[in-house]
Amino acid sequence: MNATNPTAPILVTISGRRVRRYLIPATASVLIALLGFALLDWISFEYAYIATYTILQYVVLATAWNILGGYAGYVNFGVAGFFALGVYTSVFNYKTLQLPLPVVIIIAGFIAGVVGLGMGYLTLRLRGVFFSIATLAFAIVLNTVFNNWHFVGGARGVSVLRPDAPEFFGTYPRYLFGVMFALAIAAVLIARAVEYSWLGRGLASIRDDEVAAECSGIPALRLKLIAATISGGLIGMAGAPFPFFITYVDPASAFNLTIAVNTVAMPVIGGLTSWIGPVIGAILLGALQQITTVTISSALSLMLVGVLLVTFVALAPRGIIGVVKSLRGPAA
Amino acid sequence: MSEDLTAQAPILRATQVTKSFGGFTAVDGVDFTLGQRERVGLIGPNGSGKSTFVNSLTGVIRIDHGSIEFNGTDITKLPSWRRARLGIARSFQIPRPFKNQTVIENIEIPLMFAVGHHNPDQIEAKAEAILAQIGLSGRRNDSPKNLTQVDLRKLELGRALAAEPRVLIADESMAGLSDPEVDEILEVLFKLSADGISIVLIEHIMRAVVRFSQRIVVLVAGKKIADGEPREVMSHPEVERAYLGQ
Repeated sequence: MNATNPTAPILVTISGRRVRRYLIPATASVLIALLGFALLDWISFEYAYIATYTILQYVVLATAWNILGGYAGYVNFGVAGFFALGVYTSVFNYKTLQLPLPVVIIIAGFIAGVVGLGMGYLTLRLRGVFFSIATLAFAIVLNTVFNNWHFVGGARGVSVLRPDAPEFFGTYPRYLFGVMFALAIAAVLIARAVEYSWLGRGLASIRDDEVAAECSGIPALRLKLIAATISGGLIGMAGAPFPFFITYVDPASAFNLTIAVNTVAMPVIGGLTSWIGPVIGAILLGALQQITTVTISSALSLMLVGVLLVTFVALAPRGIIGVVKSLRGPAA
Repeated sequence: MSEDLTAQAPILRATQVTKSFGGFTAVDGVDFTLGQRERVGLIGPNGSGKSTFVNSLTGVIRIDHGSIEFNGTDITKLPSWRRARLGIARSFQIPRPFKNQTVIENIEIPLMFAVGHHNPDQIEAKAEAILAQIGLSGRRNDSPKNLTQVDLRKLELGRALAAEPRVLIADESMAGLSDPEVDEILEVLFKLSADGISIVLIEHIMRAVVRFSQRIVVLVAGKKIADGEPREVMSHPEVERAYLGQ
């Protein structure tokens, strides 16, 4: 019997794995999205959409950053550069073709992804702090470029008028919320798929020991380049709706320090080695920041990030996920 | 015996390999061959260039001069991951496990990347077989952080073995182990040799090297000073003077 169909049990197992890894999270994500819409519709005041948009934006950014920074252990300080690429792709489109936002997001992802590949090719042979400094330099170079590119506003900036929102959403903040929700789900599903794939296993090995990984047959540079492309692309996609969110773009807002710091801090606080860490970090820290901004001040919200970051790096370097795992014991 | 083995086309041949770091020449024009299924011991005092030579063979560092051939193909410029895929595996002097992965996950990595298996069930089954072969089945789901020194050494060998190598370079696999633990590692290496893997053993424990090797190569100050059968090499006056301090 076995000889007639020897692959049958394997196919069943693989299909079981796929259901567990992809179908269940995808279904859960759609349900969460629907629930989110229903909840916000019930709350029905505009600021809830704006606050949630910001938190979801951080979910995308933190998740995307973690693909290279967390999975592979290559700390990218050039987040602001990739985000700005998305922002200015959108501004350029606004001043020229005026393509619909979803199309611009895809183009921004493509551009930022290609730039991520190029930056990775130039910098990913460096390790540790040298790589991080190189990525910071990359962001500074882009900042200089956009400061001097007058067509997209240069140093003075440019105002962006929101077009009409699609009828289904009613207002533009609701539309932006919907777009960012979809992006967040896509980013988390991609990060999760990467983590459980051969790519994720390879990146985790590189993070643990790159020389041993290469001697085990892992093409480290190639895998890091794939990670840099995916990470850069997703960060760029998160930047594309931003001009319509703030309606005035200048280099100070596109290369915002708060966004850059948060994007690195959230995965560190949530936990770097798993897809869920950045999500937890972004939701927790993003929500705390929104509450602090509204109730006390925006300056204090950034200080809160700093304090939490120092606390976690010093006391719980494996983040919230690490703390939970150690509380659950070795069997977890 | 060793003459017969090297008389065949060697599986690994290094010619005039030279590597310098700044003004210091760590490996200086070393010629080396490894026959099919041969067991070669590579010895030398600390700082003699053994690890640099091994790093050169495995592609961890680029050599300045010379060439390296594997099975007749020039691999001098190939990166280490390509050499691993061709069939050159190594263990490290200081164990370098993937510390955030379990023991079995460590073994699975070369099966996925060096050998190219894709089926998760097949990978798991093969990894379990390797764990049984090296005597680590009971530590399957442990973190390498919880392994003893001898188990870490075994894990290093297991990971190298998982790459399904034709050549295994064991870099001081027995350093710091007790006599019974040395025997355990030797037993594993003899098994691998019996399976047809050519092995280079870099070691300071002379008892183990002499027992294991069919041929011994001696490096001193980056140069090869002797190459031959164990008894012959160990009684070589230059080896006694330079290596044994007599």
